[in-house]
Parts: sequence; structure tokens; C-alpha cells
Amino acid sequence: MSPVWLSVVGVGAATIALKAVGPVLIGQRQLPSWLAGPVALLAPAVLAAFVVTAAVGGHRAIVADARLVGVGAGAIAVALRAPILVVVIVAAAAAALARLVI
Amino acid sequence: MRERYLEGARMIAPIAVAAGAFSLSFGVLARAAGMGWLAPLVMSATTFAGSAQFAVVSVLGSAGSAGAAIAAAVMLNARYAPIGISIASAFHGSAGKRLVQSQVIVDESWAMTLRRKGGFDVHVFLGAGLVLYLAWNVGTVIGLLLGDVVGDPNRLGLDAAFPALFLALLIPQLRGRRAVSAALLGGGIALVLVPFSPPGIPIIAGATGALVGWGTR
Repeated sequence: MSPVWLSVVGVGAATIALKAVGPVLIGQRQLPSWLAGPVALLAPAVLAAFVVTAAVGGHRAIVADARLVGVGAGAIAVALRAPILVVVIVAAAAAALARLVI
Repeated sequence: MRERYLEGARMIAPIAVAAGAFSLSFGVLARAAGMGWLAPLVMSATTFAGSAQFAVVSVLGSAGSAGAAIAAAVMLNARYAPIGISIASAFHGSAGKRLVQSQVIVDESWAMTLRRKGGFDVHVFLGAGLVLYLAWNVGTVIGLLLGDVVGDPNRLGLDAAFPALFLALLIPQLRGRRAVSAALLGGGIALVLVPFSPPGIPIIAGATGALVGWGTR
């Protein structure tokens, strides 16, 4: 098999398994209470990690670029209780403008 | 049930447009990296996870091995295990059905359904996930067809749209001291690890912020 197809099959199989592990193995059972607490906190922990890596993550480096301007503008929109769509558009537009200027 | 599918579809529609633009650039880059047209299509249909697909393109494009491409993608997608566990009890039916339904787990379908007022609902999640899946695959096809006509979507600020989206989804999650500690730890751990680890690891390490956050009084 060529490296391209080997990658497609390997990554596909691994991703299908990673996505399925919780829903298939745990299913509709309730989580034991010692696990349910921390699991409920996965959302804030993982979302915060997403924000950080998507805003300043580079190739093994912290990169401050136009994305930060966009996220800053998005944060202001969030603070003003703008709807999600507005937040996303404001962030993209601010980053695009910053790229034109810088 | 039908209304809840539609609720999910409507809720995700604007995000699906951004996701489609993102996968369009995947199609363009995959083609440029010499992956042909069938392999990127199969990859979008089976893997359906943005960052991992881009990682594969970048490894193969720089003449890396399949092993390196798979390792990078697995590290990036490892987050789907804890994400899947966090919503596992919402899934019903046979193991086969749950396996199929779990495949529309992506960051956006998960996080958008979490912020729903009535709480996480599997039908809303599936409606949102299917729309994202459709947008993702259509975007890939368009990208493969257009080739490099479109240029760099980051010119339009697409790369700032995603962190802003996740920020908007994070804020309503910050209810109570434990949630705030989990978020601070998750973000802090990720920030510290970004310079020292391959992409994907900072997110998985950040997820452990949930464990420590739970110990907060």
C-alpha cells in the first residue's frame, strides 16, 4: 500500500475507534459518581485548551499574530452578549483587517 | 424527534459554513501535497476531523512517512476519547447504532450541543453533526475541484474564527468555582505545552484540568 493510502486507512480506523470508545463502551449507562464529576468538567477544560492552541499555537512555538486581534475582537463581542455568528464574523473580519495593515 | 434534528441543523448552520471553507482548503492542500483526489475524499468521509487531516497533508507533503502521519493524527484526535466519554450516557440503542452515531463527534457538534438550554440532547447533536459532515465533505470536493484557484482562506481571518468560536462556547460553561479552575488549568497547561510538544498533546494534557478542577473547593 502507498504511504498515502496507508495514512488514510490508519488515521481513519484510529479516529473511528477514538470517537466510538465512550458511546460504545459506556453507552446509556450512567457514569459512576466518582467519574461523573470530573467528566462534567471536561467541557471547560478542553474548550479552554482549544482557545489557547487555536489562538497562539504554532509549530512548537507560541505565535502572536493577527489571530490575537481577531480573538480580542471576538472576546469583546462575547462580552457584549453578541450571538455566536456575530462573534465569529467579528473575529474573522478583525483578523483579516489586521493582516491588511500589518 | 424530528424537531430536535432540525434544531441541531439550524443551530450549526453558520458554523457549518466556516467548516466547509476549512475543508475546502483541506481539498486544495491535499491535492497540492500529491494525495490525488480519491484519498482525500475517503479521508474526509471516514476521519472527519479537521486538524488531523491537515496534519496528514503536512507530513505527507514534506515527504514524511505514513507512520509519522498516523502518529500525528492520532495525537490530535486523542481528544475524541474524553469528549466521547463526556456525552456517552446520552447515546441509546444497539452498540452498532452507537458506533455509527459517534462518528459525527467533532469539536463543534459537541460544544454547540452542550450550550443548548435544555441540556445535551443526542438528536440535536446528530442533526448538527450530520450538517457538519455534509458541509465537510462538500467542501473537500469543491477544494479538490478548484485546486489552487481560491488561495489561502486565512486571508479572510478563518484561523481567528475558530478560537473566537471556542471562546464564545467556553464562557457559558464557566458556572461555579470548579468549572473556572478546570478552564484555567486546561488553558494554562495547553499554553505551557505548546512550545514543547507536538500539536494535539496540549489539548489532551489540558483535559486533565478537569480532574484537578474537580478537587477545587
